[in-house]
Amino acid sequence: MSGGTSEYSIAADGSFTAPLELSYPYKRTVGPILSRFLTSLRDQRVEGTKGSDGRVHVPPAEFDPVTGEHLTEWVDVASTGTIVTWSWQPAPVEGNTLQHPFAWALISLDGADTNLLHAVDAGSADAIKTGMRVTARWAAEPSGSISDIVCFDLTSGSPT
Amino acid sequence: MSDDVLRIRTPISIKYQYSAGPRVSSHLLGLMDGRFVGKRCPVCELVYMPPRNGTCAKCGALLGEDVEVGQRGTITTFCVVNVPFLGQTIKIPYVSATILLDGADMGMQHLIQEVDAADVRMGMRVEPVWRPREEWQPSLENVLHFRPTGEPDAPFESYAGHL
Repeated sequence: MSGGTSEYSIAADGSFTAPLELSYPYKRTVGPILSRFLTSLRDQRVEGTKGSDGRVHVPPAEFDPVTGEHLTEWVDVASTGTIVTWSWQPAPVEGNTLQHPFAWALISLDGADTNLLHAVDAGSADAIKTGMRVTARWAAEPSGSISDIVCFDLTSGSPT
Repeated sequence: MSDDVLRIRTPISIKYQYSAGPRVSSHLLGLMDGRFVGKRCPVCELVYMPPRNGTCAKCGALLGEDVEVGQRGTITTFCVVNVPFLGQTIKIPYVSATILLDGADMGMQHLIQEVDAADVRMGMRVEPVWRPREEWQPSLENVLHFRPTGEPDAPFESYAGHL
């Protein structure tokens, strides 16, 4: 953890104010399931795990939501999908893959039965609708993280 | 396998605009002048140093007047830090102590230096070592550390009610 105050000012009522930044430089191990998911992302492939009820989980579930058993069966899914729901992010913050306004969306990838939360570079909130088709935009320099998909782009000719 | 992704970096950062509030602000103003300024409870007369914004924890009264407490104080409790950790800037072992400044009823946390960690004890009398004045900020970091004064130890009864 680190933090600090250096530039302070005194308000009209005599109160001190100062910027204060708290940061934690976390690094975490990902475990076998997310390891495979992220390693595949680095190769521009999306994989999910298949549950006992036949549902394909993307991002992958480590344990079967029904039985609690370890999941070991993998399924390739597409890097295209459909917007299930979305919320506009008018002011991106540090660490977002896009630094201009974008949509956070739950995306049902083709072949998956669960939704992936990711950014959609829609341009404006007027341009995005639930049900639209999207395609993953891959990072030029993959790093083995979820941001190897920079964001999703609206597929041209997408039904509205 | 060895090339698989095994770990990820997930740094988290939160940026605040911190406002000290009126009571802590008079304390900070004091620190910019090399003084320790606390607050007295108007009902039970406990002296908070450092002060709280708001009310006395004991009787609930809104804290009142500024009180300048002494520069010297007494170590009530302390901890010898032997464990290295990320971001550590002080050579271990070192001592972090609760110091009851003369005239205060609350201990404050600070670093003890210029003494072997093994020689630090409850009741030890200490004084602050201030940074050069041109480096002063509204912060307790104006005090680099506390060091022993060489006075005789304070008797246990003198701080027993402040542990």
